[in-house]
Amino acid sequence: MTQPLEKEAQAGAAAGTSGVPRRTLLRRVRSTATAYGFLVPTMALVLTFFVIPGILLLILSFTNLASVNFGDPWNFIGFANFERLFTDRFFPKILRNTVFYVFTTLILFNLGLALVLAIVTTNIPRRAGFFFRLVWLLPRLTPSVVYILMWRRIGQAEPYGIYNQLFPEFLGASGGNLFLGGSPWTFVILTNGFVGASFGMIIFTSALLSIPEDLLTAAKVDGASAWRIIRDIKLPLIKWPLLFIATYQTLSLLTSFEYILLLTEGGPGLFTTEVWALTAYKRAFATYAGNSQWAFGATWAIVLVTVALFFAVIYVKLFKFDELVEEPRIDNL
Amino acid sequence: MRVELDNLSKAWDGVVGADRITLEVADGEMVAFLGPSGCGKTTTLLMVAGIYRPTGGTISFDGRVVNEVAPKDRGIGMVFQSYALYPHMTVFGNISYPLRLKRLEKGEIRKRVEQVADMMGIGDLLDRRIAQLSGGQQQRVSLGRALVKEPQLLLFDEPLSNLDARLRLAMRGEIKRLQNDLGITSIYVTHDQVEAMTMADKIAVMSKGVLQAYDIPEALYDRPKTLFVAGFVGNPPMNFFDVEVMLLGGEFHAKNESLDLIVPDDRAAKAAAKEGRVVMGVRPEDVDVADDSSPRVEGLTLSAKVEVVEPLGREDLLGVVVGGVNVRLLVDKTKRAKPGDLVDLVFNMDNVQFFDPETEESLLWA
Repeated sequence: MTQPLEKEAQAGAAAGTSGVPRRTLLRRVRSTATAYGFLVPTMALVLTFFVIPGILLLILSFTNLASVNFGDPWNFIGFANFERLFTDRFFPKILRNTVFYVFTTLILFNLGLALVLAIVTTNIPRRAGFFFRLVWLLPRLTPSVVYILMWRRIGQAEPYGIYNQLFPEFLGASGGNLFLGGSPWTFVILTNGFVGASFGMIIFTSALLSIPEDLLTAAKVDGASAWRIIRDIKLPLIKWPLLFIATYQTLSLLTSFEYILLLTEGGPGLFTTEVWALTAYKRAFATYAGNSQWAFGATWAIVLVTVALFFAVIYVKLFKFDELVEEPRIDNL
Repeated sequence: MRVELDNLSKAWDGVVGADRITLEVADGEMVAFLGPSGCGKTTTLLMVAGIYRPTGGTISFDGRVVNEVAPKDRGIGMVFQSYALYPHMTVFGNISYPLRLKRLEKGEIRKRVEQVADMMGIGDLLDRRIAQLSGGQQQRVSLGRALVKEPQLLLFDEPLSNLDARLRLAMRGEIKRLQNDLGITSIYVTHDQVEAMTMADKIAVMSKGVLQAYDIPEALYDRPKTLFVAGFVGNPPMNFFDVEVMLLGGEFHAKNESLDLIVPDDRAAKAAAKEGRVVMGVRPEDVDVADDSSPRVEGLTLSAKVEVVEPLGREDLLGVVVGGVNVRLLVDKTKRAKPGDLVDLVFNMDNVQFFDPETEESLLWA
C-alpha cells in the first residue's frame, strides 16, 4: 500500500504544485467512499429496523388504524389520539405510577442495591464474593415467566401464597393478603429490582476492582475510615459507571413492562400498578371488545419515546459525558 | 521515631512473604530495604504501615507495640511507585486530604498545604488536575501529601522506579536532602542497589522473605556476610570462582583447574581452614587488564580472551572467560580492549571474599 502512495507523492512533488491538489482530492473521495462502504451494512440495519419503523409509528399515531378498520385506507385524524391520551381519566395515575415505579426501582435497587452488593462482594474473600454475585445473577438468568410464577406463588393471598400462609398476621393489618393483594407495588418493585440490581452490580464490581490497590492504601495511611474511603475515593472513581447505569436503567425501566404484565397485569383493581409502557402495549395489542387500537397504542409509545429522549438529553447534559476526555498532560519537571 | 521489628513474619496459606525479620531503625535514620522482586521488602513495609496484619512477631514505635494500631493512627506518611494520587482531586485536594480528614480548620489547611507545596517546588500547580502533571511533578505532590501531616515515619515504596533516569538522579538527591533536613525516620524500599547505597544510612538486604544482612552500606560492600549480599550489592556484580585454598611454599594459593592466585595471609587463613572447595569472590574493579608497562607478578596474573566490551564512557566493562566462568571487570578505557583480544588479567587480591558453598555464609565475616 505505502509504496504506490509514496511514488505518487514523489511524482506530485516533482511535477510542482499544480498536479497535487487534484490527486489528493481524488484520493480523499476514494478513502471516504471506502469508509462509507464499511458503514453501509450497519446503516441499512438501523434504517430498516429502527428509523423506518419509528417514522411509521409516528405516522400511525395520527390515524385511527385499529383491527376493526384494518384493510381500509389510513384515515388521518390529526392530533385526536394525543388529545385522547392527555385527557384520559387515568392518564395522571399512569404518569404518577410510571414516575414512582421508575425512580423507586432505580434508586433503591438498580443503583442502591447494586452499589451495596458491589461494595460488599468486593470486600469479602474473593470466592465468597463471586458466589454471592452469581446468586444475585440468578433472577436475570431465569426466564421471566418462571421467575414471575415463583413470585406469585410467594405473594398471592391465602391460601395460595406461601408468605401469606406462613405469616397471616405479619405486620398486623395484612389479614393474610399482604403483597400482591395488600401492597402490590412492593412486589412490582421487588421483582423488577432484584433483576435490575444485577446489571449495576456487575458493572460496579468491575469498576471497583479496577481501582489501584495503592490508592486505597494511600487513603488508609492518610487517615480515611472505611466509610470515608467509599465516599471520597471509591464513589468518585466509579462516577462514570454510576452515571452510565443511572442513564441506561432509567431508559430501560421507562420502557419495561413484561414483569408487571405477568405479575399484576396493572392491577389489582383499576390501573393500580399500570405503567406507561404497559398501557401502550395493552392499547395496541390487547383487545377491547375485540378491537386492538393500534394507532392509539402507537400514540402512547411515541409520547413515551419522546419522554425517554428528553431524559437521555438531560442526563447527557447533566452528567457532562463530554468531560470524559482528559486534557493532555504537560511533560516537564 | 525509633522503629523496631522483632521476628516479624507474614504468611498467606503457607506462602511466606516475610520470615522473622528483626531489625531496628534509629530515630532520624534512613534505612533501605533492598532486594529483588518478591523478596518481602514491600510486604514488610506494608506491615509497618499497618496495611498487612503480621502473622507473627511485633512492630514497635518508640518501644510501643503497634501491631493492632490502624494505619491512620500510626503517624506515618507514605510515597508510592505509582504515586497513588487521587485522580479526581486537584493537587491542592490531594495534599490537603490528610488534613481534611483530621478536620483541621480551613485557613490552617491552606497555610500548611502552601508551605509544603513551596518546599516541594509545586506551589504554582495547586489548582492543576493530576492528569495534567508530569511524572516528576506527580511524585512531588505525592511527597507533599506524605509530609503535610508532619509524620513521625516516612515510608517509601520504590518511589523513583517510574521516573526516567535523569529525573531519578535529581529526585534521589532531593529526597535525601529533605529527609536530612527534616530528620524524619524513613524506610525506603528499593530493588536498585545504587539508590540504597547512596541514600540510606543502613541497608537491610532481603531475599525470599529473609533478612540477609543489615548494616551500613560500606560494610555490606566490603564485608558481605552472605553470598547473596555479595552478589546483590555492587554493580556490576561480584565475580565468583570455585577454588581450593591451600598453603604452598609459605604462601596461600587459591587454585582450581584454570587459575592459581596468591591470596593475602589474613584472608586466606580462614578460607584454608575449611575443607574442600570454597567460593571466592572478586569485585570487577579488582581485576585489571595489564598493558605493556605493567609488571606481570607471578601468582596474580592470568591470561584470558575478551568476549564482550561494553563502553560505559569513563571505563569499559569487559566480559572475559576464565576456565568456563564468565568474569566481568572494569578497566580504564585507554586499555582499548577489543572482543577476541588475548589479554593478561591482573588481580588485586586485597579485597577478596570467601564463602562456604553449602551455607553460603562468608568465611571471613560470619
